[in-house]
Amino acid sequence: MEFHVNHPILFAMTGFLVAVVLAQSVYFLVKALRRSKEIGMDQTKIKKTIQTAAVFTIAPAVSIVISVIALSKSLGLPLPWLRLSVVGSLSYEAIAAENAVSAMGLSLGKISSLTAQQFVNITLVMTISILVGIWLVPVIGKKLLSGMSNLGAKDAKWADIFQNAMFIGMISAFLGYVFCDISRLWAPVEGYSATSGLIPVCTMAVSALVMVVLGLLMRKPRLKWLGDYALPISLVLGMAAAIPITAWLA
Amino acid sequence: MKKNLSYIDSVHRDGCIWNISVMLLLIAFPLTVAFLFGAAPDWGALLVGLIATAPMYWAVGVIETITFVPMLGAGGSYLSFVTGNISNLKLPCAINALEQNGVSASSEEGEIISTIAIATSSIVTTIIIIIGVVCIVPLTPILEAPVLEPAFAQMLPALFGGLGVAFVSKNWKIAVAPVVLMLVLFIFVPALNSSTVGIMVPVSVLFTIGVSRILYKRGVL
Repeated sequence: MEFHVNHPILFAMTGFLVAVVLAQSVYFLVKALRRSKEIGMDQTKIKKTIQTAAVFTIAPAVSIVISVIALSKSLGLPLPWLRLSVVGSLSYEAIAAENAVSAMGLSLGKISSLTAQQFVNITLVMTISILVGIWLVPVIGKKLLSGMSNLGAKDAKWADIFQNAMFIGMISAFLGYVFCDISRLWAPVEGYSATSGLIPVCTMAVSALVMVVLGLLMRKPRLKWLGDYALPISLVLGMAAAIPITAWLA
Repeated sequence: MKKNLSYIDSVHRDGCIWNISVMLLLIAFPLTVAFLFGAAPDWGALLVGLIATAPMYWAVGVIETITFVPMLGAGGSYLSFVTGNISNLKLPCAINALEQNGVSASSEEGEIISTIAIATSSIVTTIIIIIGVVCIVPLTPILEAPVLEPAFAQMLPALFGGLGVAFVSKNWKIAVAPVVLMLVLFIFVPALNSSTVGIMVPVSVLFTIGVSRILYKRGVL
């Protein structure tokens, strides 16, 4: 069989793996839904949770499709499809692929078509390097989470604060990241305008402002439904605002 | 015996089975390609490629697991570590769902809500990627249009702007110290940027827990 990166067999194998992962998500969804009925949770709220999660996911998922397209130019379509449906991310896969081929004395951008051996090496490097989370969760997940529930049993208030502190910690790191290029204002970087570091800051400000406005609007009973879509709305409006902001500051 | 298994225990059991199965299938993928096309790996290059890639990603993987599992809950963790995109999609989705429902992540209701949000998000993501792959020819010029590029380049700021307001305003006493610390670090340490933000997440989480503990002990929270 002659190998090429878009061989039908690769599509078939990837399709199968993606189907398995999809089945896992459906399995856990059904399991959680059943349990929610058993313990008498409000099913209208559950429905809203599903709708919000689905709507919120659209924009980030489209950006993953863009990553698949970007990687497909050098790796063919099936491998990026697999890698970004199961664990991966654009930056990670690009680095792993580059490391794999440079170890063979080549450079990814300069290869016109990959051989089967290069493809196998790239896939092995990507797979072996990324697998940690998949097996480590089964190994330590239960212990970590029972530690959390012990904490809750000992001091429920502190357990709640602990949980919120973790969320806030993560969000703070990303808020900091939004400001990481602002130093271009006083320390110029070649190839970038001084104000380019303000683009993410202004985008974030727009998104935050939208959230505040939605928060005020949803106090009116007629507009209460807005609360369910506040995060996806602020995300999409923030992203849309980034287009004129970038044109202005870049 | 089987009937006595609690919901959470059965999530762990099923999660183990699913994750280990997916892992074996993932490893089988390159091996099957090698077998079908008669192309053994270039072992020397494989070793060099792995040495350049694996140690850093393994270290990050271990830290991410310890950091994210307590936030994602059991069902959410098994799913998220298979489907990926945790900090930019699955975790914000779960946090938003918990907030929307007013439930604590450590309760059984919280576990169920975050599993439902993450499972829904995983399903929608997988389906959108399938649509993208099937329609790649007509979609490529649209998605790669220069006019849209800044919108997707600024997805994270747009996401954390909204999420930040919603969450920080409700927990501002906890948030002041970590937000200030992260701003100072990211603005004045040049090495901190989009590729190192992942490393700063556990640092910031630990710092926030520490500060919260002090505030709690002093009765501020």
